[in-house]
Amino acid sequence: MEPLRIHTGVVCPLNRSNVDTDQIIPKQFLKRIERSGFGQFLFYHWRFDDDGNLRKDFSMNLPKYQGASILVTGENFGCGSSREHAPWAIQDFGFRVIIAQSYADIFKNNCVKNGILTIQASEEQVQSIMQNAETEGYTLTVNLEEQVVFDNQGLEIKFDIAPYPKEMLLNGWDEIGVTLNYEDKISQYEVAHK
Amino acid sequence: MQKPKNIIQKVWEQHVVYQEAGKPDLLYIDLHLVHEVTSPQAFEGLRMNGRKVRRPDLTYATMDHNVSTRDRNEIKDPISKKQIDTLKENCQEFGVELSDRQHPDNGIVHVIGPELGLTQPGKTIVCGDSHTSTHGAFGALAFGIGTSEVEHVLATQTLWQAPPKTMNVKVNGKLGTGVTAKDLILAIIGKFGVQFGTGYVMEYTGEAIRSLSMEERMTVCNMSIEAGARAGLISPDDTTFEYLKGRRHVPKGEAFEEAVAKWRALATDEGAVYDAVVEIEASEVEPQVTWGTNPGMCIPITAAVPNPDHEEKANKKDEISRALQYMGLEAGQPISSVEIDHVFIGSCTNSRLSDLRKAADVVRGHKVNPNVKAIVVPGSFSVKMAAEKEGIDQIFKEAGFEWREAGCSMCLAMNDDIVPPGGRCASTSNRNFEGRQGNGSRTHLVSPEMAAAAAVAGRFVDVRQFTAQGVL
Repeated sequence: MEPLRIHTGVVCPLNRSNVDTDQIIPKQFLKRIERSGFGQFLFYHWRFDDDGNLRKDFSMNLPKYQGASILVTGENFGCGSSREHAPWAIQDFGFRVIIAQSYADIFKNNCVKNGILTIQASEEQVQSIMQNAETEGYTLTVNLEEQVVFDNQGLEIKFDIAPYPKEMLLNGWDEIGVTLNYEDKISQYEVAHK
Repeated sequence: MQKPKNIIQKVWEQHVVYQEAGKPDLLYIDLHLVHEVTSPQAFEGLRMNGRKVRRPDLTYATMDHNVSTRDRNEIKDPISKKQIDTLKENCQEFGVELSDRQHPDNGIVHVIGPELGLTQPGKTIVCGDSHTSTHGAFGALAFGIGTSEVEHVLATQTLWQAPPKTMNVKVNGKLGTGVTAKDLILAIIGKFGVQFGTGYVMEYTGEAIRSLSMEERMTVCNMSIEAGARAGLISPDDTTFEYLKGRRHVPKGEAFEEAVAKWRALATDEGAVYDAVVEIEASEVEPQVTWGTNPGMCIPITAAVPNPDHEEKANKKDEISRALQYMGLEAGQPISSVEIDHVFIGSCTNSRLSDLRKAADVVRGHKVNPNVKAIVVPGSFSVKMAAEKEGIDQIFKEAGFEWREAGCSMCLAMNDDIVPPGGRCASTSNRNFEGRQGNGSRTHLVSPEMAAAAAVAGRFVDVRQFTAQGVL
């Protein structure tokens, strides 16, 4: 996993709430046995019409948001199915940071495992970022170490993150490798609970 | 005297392997259920790093999402077939027990776990599937995980988890006649929203919960995730022990009595506190139908579809308008006026023997409306066999339902059971998201009884007024 310390990128708004993982990556794309290549299917039925043409009214398709790496959205993002294909698709499409009013628990966990930072912000903060992002080329910088998001027009948002996911993201650790350092503790537990 | 604890706290404490300030707890996992969709990348990760499955004896695999419900031996889609074959190869290579498509134990992962007695009170249970919350009905701490976590559990039999906040979802009084466990959980989500459980593990308590059968309790716990909670539990009691007695993986004889004593002690202590409490009156719950594109968008069968103009907040207005447009409904339209063309009775929410019995009771002596295609998909091979022994299949078939093989089927349409674009389905499953049952499909979540009545009437009807002669 690639470490994430400071990230600067173009912001793409997705002004909806309760976006479920069935929308993020529809089920017909869950049949692959690889971890890669899901980006092309991200928000498939929102990005493409039934004939496979790009829907011109969907934010992610607008020219000004091409190459965006920070997604800004509403409440309860990533609800529903536990499919990790959702963060795989988000990451493969090019997003590294999500800013939302709130997240579903499983989705949020899955993001950390894939080096995606999920920032929680208030409704007002999300709305003001979305408004700013109307301007072409609007970028934000995220400093994970300092737990702050800022732009070059004076916006500054402090955010909370628990120490463990922060450390995982900053260092890009392989969590299984970390856990295997506790092998003796796991074995002791197993002996005691036979 | 020890401070009273709730069951969530007790089960958690019994599974902490390691604790350190600034870190989540390292939690031991007693049972890891595996299916074909969320596991291939996890096994591949083990292979790439030269790792083994730490406890194959605590790991159990089945295939359910991609399987055909028309013919157990055939899968037409080559990509689905590859995923199925990959699971089989992985289970062989890593020594994991698998009930494959032809195996008599095969079925939906959340149906067979309890059936085989793998699911037991006090266990920590995970699966790469959000409806793992189902197993909470037994007083197990059971939650869905992503594929990275699947790999982590395969390699270490543990997970790093921050202790959850706990919530008491208290259901007072008794459910009325014709009102089911499905209506109860839909009403709870309708009342408190699709994210009131986020960050919590919920315990369902109260008189109405106590009087539910195990299969009804599974229906309730199954949809905890639709309220945002990764897990939802019910303290075990005699109903639980009665269900478990004699099942294959449950201790026998004296060992069973010892297990029961241990399980009984897990139940929430008198006076235990929670981080949050919500309450609902069971007697006020009516049969529910969802009208929109998430499970919180539900109303009683006696009500009308909401009007976005009655909402003050712009984003709420937008959400309702968008849902109405997707669903092809008019604001203010009575839900009972909505005609359907598909009925699906099945899924890990409502495909157990008692679900099929109750739906069959409604259907008996009637015919499926000529405009409706209706299918019944039992949750497991064992449910199918038991239903056939009772003649339930005959009741459905005589009425014009298709009687299928077990699997996840039309709940998420990963196999060939698909609602066509614009099609409208009364479904006993758990999610009414856009496109869930097929691109452009429109899903209305209901109980098995309500689905059965809708199949006959060709529209939603109040099952409480549906008699042997039809709608009153």
